[in-house]
Formats: sequence, structure tokens, C-alpha cells
Amino acid sequence: MESSQAVYEALKEVGINFIVSLPCVNLGKVMELVECDPEIIHVPVTREEEGFGICAGAYLGGKKPAILMQNSGLGNSVNVLASLYELYHLPILMVMSHRGTEGEFMNAQVPMGKATPRVLEALEIPYYNPKTPEDAFEVIKNAWNQAQSNGTPVGILLDISYW
Amino acid sequence: MERIEAIKTIVESLKIELVICNIGFPSRELYQVKDSSTNFYMLGSMGMASSIGLGLAMAQKRKVVVFDGDGSVLMNLGSLVTIYNQKPENLILVVLDNECYGSTGSQCTYASTVDLSKVADAVGFQEKFFFSDDIDFQPVLNAEGPVFVHVKVKPGNADVPVIPMKPDEIKERFIKEVQEK
Ligand SMILES: Cc1ncc(C[n+]2csc(CCOP(=O)(O)OP(=O)(O)O)c2C)c(N)n1
Ligand SMILES: [Mg+2]
Repeated sequence: MESSQAVYEALKEVGINFIVSLPCVNLGKVMELVECDPEIIHVPVTREEEGFGICAGAYLGGKKPAILMQNSGLGNSVNVLASLYELYHLPILMVMSHRGTEGEFMNAQVPMGKATPRVLEALEIPYYNPKTPEDAFEVIKNAWNQAQSNGTPVGILLDISYW
Repeated sequence: MERIEAIKTIVESLKIELVICNIGFPSRELYQVKDSSTNFYMLGSMGMASSIGLGLAMAQKRKVVVFDGDGSVLMNLGSLVTIYNQKPENLILVVLDNECYGSTGSQCTYASTVDLSKVADAVGFQEKFFFSDDIDFQPVLNAEGPVFVHVKVKPGNADVPVIPMKPDEIKERFIKEVQEK
């Protein structure tokens, strides 16, 4: 399975039907697949925090939401994750391109890349780090089920080497 | 007109519309004026009211009214751009503009020098309403969304208690209302 296709197929498999996104170069193909899918409402956002707000509303309205973002966007979203998602026990699947990991060519990505797992831990958000498309396909499916049954965001960190 | 009067006048004209209400005194005042299973009270995430409203409006057909604040709109100005682009027909964004962060002691916001109606204009909103003395909400309800409603209110919070409901209760009652009707 191709890396982007694996992410998309997993989202489809669990019935994700509402996706907000803010691009990372590594997410370009997944975003295209999502945009072309008539069964998924796709909302490009101006800031990831806003995307989490939109997904919370969509969930209240009966949708199964996910966000596609670079790990930098986690930094933009700390308060909404704590004071909306944790407070009200809301689920969302967070698919993150994890920059600043092994093989990163831009030093500028390293600080937030290093902080990312610890920010997730501080927020008590469970996360997974699949290394291959086959792995990602399984992990993403289970992650949504975990998010829904526990009422929590669940993170998927996709390293540079994943793509 | 104080914020609580504006909230009261508007909710009196609502029937089955869903309401997303901003953090702090706006939610407390709404709870006091008229608690309802159609209300979602925010207890955190300042700035997110309009975004939650947008997601809810896009996810289902019922009309959604958002009670937002000037300070909160300024915190998430990009939301206006996203709302304009997504064009939800069933979304009404009401900005209760007291030109201050009312819930934290009425410190000034930049809404005293920047006209939020002009901001909505610049973004491209077609349906815009402005109220400062009286509110006639029926034309707002009849308009096709997204509708931007700018209400100038006096600073000040009503003497109302905190909302006794737990976050999970607020959520579960609201989801039941939205999804079982
Ligand atoms: C991120 C964040 N910053 C600051 C606060 C503190 N705070 C809570 S309500 C509020 C004022 C909101 O102002 P506005 O949106 O104008 O609403 P008003 O209370 O005036 O109706 C502030 C600053 C907060 N809860 N979250
Ligand atoms: Mg205010």
C-alpha cells in the first residue's frame, strides 16, 4: 500500500466523514484524496485551533471528525484540546505529519518536532507512531474506535521516514 | 441595552434553533434567561464559539445561532474567513459587542477602534445586521446564512450564578436534542 493511500483508506474504513485540514507538504496527497471524496465534508482552515472548534461542532451534529495537520499545528491548539476536548470528552482523530524527526532537512522544524510527543503527553492524549503503510492502516482504524469509545482525541504521528 | 437584555430578546424569538454560547458571563446569562436542551454552553476555549457553530451548521440542517463576544471574535478572526468561504445557509453569528473583555472585568478590546461590521463587510458577508437600541430578530431568522449580526451592548455583567451543569451533562443533553429530532 502507498503511504498516503493507506491513511485515506483507513479514514474511509472507519467512516470518517468530516475533515478539516491545514497543509504540510507530506499531507498533500491525502488532502487531495479527501477533497475529491463526495462522502467527506472537507474544510480547509486558517489555523488548526479553529479546525478543532469546527470538528467539535461537527461531532455534536453527528459527524465523525478528523484533522489533517503538521505537528506545528498542535502548538496552535493546546488550549482548545484541554478546555474543549478534554473538558467535554470529545473524540477526534488527529493525523499529524511529524516534522523535525529523523531525516528532517530543515533545522527550523526540530524544536517543535521534539516538543510534540511531550505536548501530547502533557495533554494526556494517546498517540501512535506507525512506521509503515500497513501499520498505519491498522493503527488509524483502531485509533478512531478508541477516540469514540473513550471520548478523547487520539493522535497519529507520521514521521518523515513514513512517507 | 446590556448583554443580558440582548440575549433575552433574541432567545425569545427562537423556537427550534440550536444555540452555541460563548464562555463566561454570556453563557451564565443565557442559562439564567432561558435554559434549554437546544443550548450548548462553552466553559472554556475562548474564541471557538463561531467555529463550533460552523461545524455544527455544516453537520446538520437545523439553524444554528452563535452568541459570540467582540474579544473572542478578535481572538479567532480567521473564523470569519472560513465561515464566508463555507457559506453555511443555516448559520447566524451574533457578536455581542461591549467593546471589552466583559467576563474578566471589562478591560477594553480593540473593538472600540475597529468596527467589526466593517471587518465582516471586508470579508464579504452578504447578510449583515446591526442593532444598538432595539433588536428585531425576525428578519435575521428569515435571511439566508451565513448571517453576521453585530449588536452593540453596554459593558457589564448581570448578577447571575455559575452554571450548575457538568460539561458532560451539557454535551449529552445537547447531542440528544440535535440527533434525536
Ligand atoms: C485563551 C483565553 N484567554 C483568556 C481567557 C480569559 N477570558 C475569559 S472570558 C474573557 C473575555 C471574553 O471577552 P468577549 O468575547 O468580548 O466576551 P464578553 O465577556 O465581553 O461578553 C477572557 C479574556 C480565557 N478564558 N481563555
Ligand atoms: Mg466583549
